[in-house]
Amino acid sequence: MRNFVEKTGRETIYYVEHAGMMTIFLCSCLIRIFTRPFQLRAIIKQLHFIGAKSVFIIIVAGSFTGMVLGLQGYYVLQRFGSLDMIGSAVALSLIRELGPVLAALMVVGRAGSAICAEIGIMRTTEQIDALECMGIHPYKYLMVPKFIAAIISLPLLTCLFDVMGILGGYFAAVVLFGVNEGSYFQGMYSSVVWADIEMGLIKSFVFGLIIVWVATAKGFFLHLDRSGAFGAEGVSRITTKAVVLSSVAILGSDYLISAILL
Amino acid sequence: MEEHNQKTVIKVKELVTHYGSRKILDGVNLDVKKNEIMVIMGGSGSGKSTLLRHVLGLNSATSGSIEILGTEITTANQKKLYQLRRNMGVAFQGGALFGSMTVGENVELPLREHTNLDEKTMRIMVRMKLEVMNLAGVEALMPSELSGGMVKRAALARAVIMDPTLLFFDEPSAGLDPVVSAELDELIILLRNAMNMTIVVVTHELESAFKIADRITILDEGKIIITDTVENIRNSNLTQVQDMLNRRPRQKELDTEAYLDRLTGDRLQ
Repeated sequence: MRNFVEKTGRETIYYVEHAGMMTIFLCSCLIRIFTRPFQLRAIIKQLHFIGAKSVFIIIVAGSFTGMVLGLQGYYVLQRFGSLDMIGSAVALSLIRELGPVLAALMVVGRAGSAICAEIGIMRTTEQIDALECMGIHPYKYLMVPKFIAAIISLPLLTCLFDVMGILGGYFAAVVLFGVNEGSYFQGMYSSVVWADIEMGLIKSFVFGLIIVWVATAKGFFLHLDRSGAFGAEGVSRITTKAVVLSSVAILGSDYLISAILL
Repeated sequence: MEEHNQKTVIKVKELVTHYGSRKILDGVNLDVKKNEIMVIMGGSGSGKSTLLRHVLGLNSATSGSIEILGTEITTANQKKLYQLRRNMGVAFQGGALFGSMTVGENVELPLREHTNLDEKTMRIMVRMKLEVMNLAGVEALMPSELSGGMVKRAALARAVIMDPTLLFFDEPSAGLDPVVSAELDELIILLRNAMNMTIVVVTHELESAFKIADRITILDEGKIIITDTVENIRNSNLTQVQDMLNRRPRQKELDTEAYLDRLTGDRLQ
């Protein structure tokens, strides 16, 4: 019994400490976004890495998601004789939910893991210590450009995902199953309102923040990880943890944002 | 060097630090004087790298004080610490060069971050420092294209690009062949003489330490056992010092009872 209480206490202290450390890290990074010097070159480099390099995977994922929605929508709506609703079903699903969530999950897999591994390796090879010893703040120099790039890229990638999804849905519903082209787009025009787009954009902004926050913090605090693993094993462990934690945090916050905004 | 007349630039007083419940540094006292080369020596796990990290302000101590260039760093705020670090150059054991930048960009980084120099001036300064380190013409190479010795010299070039007052070098000879190691030793002496730097070197290489040091500090199990000139260290009668100089393995008393317990598994029950 005593062991159980001790263990529970230890775990609680660890998680509270960890959450506090992560929160302070996030606040420090966010504050430094607004302080000089503005690292334009580094921001552009990160925009290229997080944003431009994710375009292909977003196009592919968005197209297939839209096609699946078109396919499923066709079979379900056909039963109720509501095929003219297929355009709005595809668009609303994408814009409000699937677009932001799936685009974010794609970015977690492609860029989030790479960011975490990069920062983790910098920690193990003393590059972060070297920055500090040069009088360069690692938050400002390493993290801030990634934060800015992620919160700019994610909404744009989400918009691209939505557009590709709508085109994928068009291909499945209109080209493959012969749904009327006019009714596909008319349903979309009449049902999608600005609030839906706004919700998708808010979500993608928050998801961008979550991805870069978890990835950078996990890498940065690699040396404080409870497993005690450093070096290659430590980097692989925290990268896995960062991907899992980001994905769960995206799904959890998706529910929260939906609940607040609905 | 006339060490007695020199001003103290690094003053470590009663420094104690723990990792968990393990005591790593146990009441360390150390003074480093201006323009001297102080070599910190000790076996693996003796706490020399930990001491260096504390002096650099990278770790926080359990108790004690560290004064660098008149600033108490254990209580200094982050802004003050970062300002102080502009007077310090550090070359890490593995070089710690940024893999995504060329050697030139690596060396140029402190100038780019802390000065308003134009591109051309920065390039000239980088070329000059690289030439001092015998690395002329490698600006465009990536760190992965350099040999171990070249990485260390590039790291040294980056450490001295701002002409710091203090230079710290962690394990300069580690993993290098004797010739490259000797070249680095020459470079360290050259930097002290030409740029009037105070240099702290952490190493366990005896030959290198005797060649470059004005004074040597020897750490053993987190405690400083001696700080003295090279000559006095050589003549010291202390067992640990003689063990280290003569590369004798440490003699540990064998607790026969505990050993038998371990063998029979009694201690595991």
